[in-house]
Amino acid sequence: MNQHQPAGPARVRTKHIGAHPVASSLLDPANALPSDGNALPDRVGVGLKPEHFQAIVATKPTVGFFEIHAENYLVPGGAFHYFLTQIRTQYPLSIHGVGLSIGGEGPLDRLHLQALRRLLDRYEPQSFSEHLAWSSHNDIFLNDLLPMPYDQPTLDRVCRHVDEVQEVLGRPMLLENPATYIEFAESTLNETAFIGEIVRRTGCGLLLDVNNVYVSCSNHGRDPVRYLSELPLSAVGEIHLAGFHRETDSLGAPLLIDSHDSRVDDAVWSLFDHTVAAIGPKPVLIEWDNDVPPLATLLAEAQRAEGIMRGYRPDQVVGRQS
Amino acid sequence: MTMPDLWMQTLLDPDQPYPPGLTTWNGSDPAQRFAVYRNNVMVSLIDALADTFPVVEQQVGRDFFRAMGQVFVQAHPPRSPLLVDYGQAFPTFIEGFPPAAELTYLPDLARLELAYVAAFHAADAEPVGASAWQTLLARHDDLTTTRFRFQPSLQVLRSEYAIVSLWAAHQADADRALDSIDPDAPENAWVIRRDWRVVILNMPDSDTDFLAALQSGQSFGTAADAQNKHPDFDLSRCLSVFVAEKLVVGVLPD
Repeated sequence: MNQHQPAGPARVRTKHIGAHPVASSLLDPANALPSDGNALPDRVGVGLKPEHFQAIVATKPTVGFFEIHAENYLVPGGAFHYFLTQIRTQYPLSIHGVGLSIGGEGPLDRLHLQALRRLLDRYEPQSFSEHLAWSSHNDIFLNDLLPMPYDQPTLDRVCRHVDEVQEVLGRPMLLENPATYIEFAESTLNETAFIGEIVRRTGCGLLLDVNNVYVSCSNHGRDPVRYLSELPLSAVGEIHLAGFHRETDSLGAPLLIDSHDSRVDDAVWSLFDHTVAAIGPKPVLIEWDNDVPPLATLLAEAQRAEGIMRGYRPDQVVGRQS
Repeated sequence: MTMPDLWMQTLLDPDQPYPPGLTTWNGSDPAQRFAVYRNNVMVSLIDALADTFPVVEQQVGRDFFRAMGQVFVQAHPPRSPLLVDYGQAFPTFIEGFPPAAELTYLPDLARLELAYVAAFHAADAEPVGASAWQTLLARHDDLTTTRFRFQPSLQVLRSEYAIVSLWAAHQADADRALDSIDPDAPENAWVIRRDWRVVILNMPDSDTDFLAALQSGQSFGTAADAQNKHPDFDLSRCLSVFVAEKLVVGVLPD
């Protein structure tokens, strides 16, 4: 009898990240809840990767929270639940969906939404989030976060979908601003106004992906600081930081690709610094989904973000805002 | 056609022109920017196949695998956001993929990798404990009429090819070189899970027939009698695997 054991857990596909639901009172910074277990702490978390399961359980590193991609855990049993169950007892958890297709033309997948509800009921995460994007159409799943025109019919549809998500999941969600490479001639609203309207009409929070802000602004010739100032920043419930990849467009201008496969770029650190000065400490996630590095590398990135948040002084905000 | 109709058609078919109505801030070519999405879709879905079929990829090489994967993705795009289930049609697709026709064992190797993933993520179940086994084995009359329920993670795959040996030769702890394996030697794979780790056993035909009979609901006595005439059947070996690997989760009548 021969027997053979694989070297480790199976690989998983883990695309873009993010995650975190928020009590609606959190959306007003003046009324923020204490860290009583119902909200993510204003600390830095990292994405939970199967490559790191054993090291995390064995060494219990200092991490603000872990974030998972919901779809990877919609499986019956085995290693993913075995490790997540242990890790959940030690750390706050953010669940980030990558497959709901909230920007899709058709109705939301109710079975998928109900599966998400069961996952949330099982792990009771402090946060749930999803993307302003579409990824499914006519039952085909394209596994990318695709853009949409910013017009009134699309706005109405996205708001209906966000309402439906929050109703079925029984909690507020965070919506993540996208990284995009192209724009639509038929758009009648700019992206920040579009996002602002969704937040205002649905009461959802904002998952502010600072890397996406930088990538999109570079790709569309915008000023990222001004873009940030136009967003509903009082609704930010979580911040994402990630690495991007540089290419150029047909005219030689920068074309940045949201790749989640490297360290956070200096330009994004700088924009994060500005963001913290403007809105104060928040739950922050280091996203690194492809070419996943050793856990120590992720933790070092998290420490850098913690350092920036520890340097925050409220009087600076007053100074900037006055 | 609506925008998503046009996008979907174009994302999956590089010969289609990019969709209308796209703009860029600086007048650069929209086609090149649209190609980022097309590349993301194709690369990520081929990556998903490579996650599920790493041994097939190693066996045929990266370039061949990705070219074959692209044809598969275009013909069978995913129908679910749960990519862990993506590729169920891949083994049958390989059977009909002419450039892979010489590798007759490749479809079954792909089936073994699907079984691995199924076992890895299967539901957890509490095995029958040591004392229950002792009681059962001590009472032969009861054992004869007993029927077993097995772990949801247990997957059995019979092949005309040496799929277990080929698979094992591609693992990090391989103890046999790939070129020492005769791919045309039939093998049976028992894909099982020890706690959360997946293990693949190469088991004889008669043992596998015995297990299959038990899985179909036959009693222990009936299933064993059917195999006893086979010289390579070893009832104690089967029982020791059942007990050591905690494969049995229920006995009837209990």
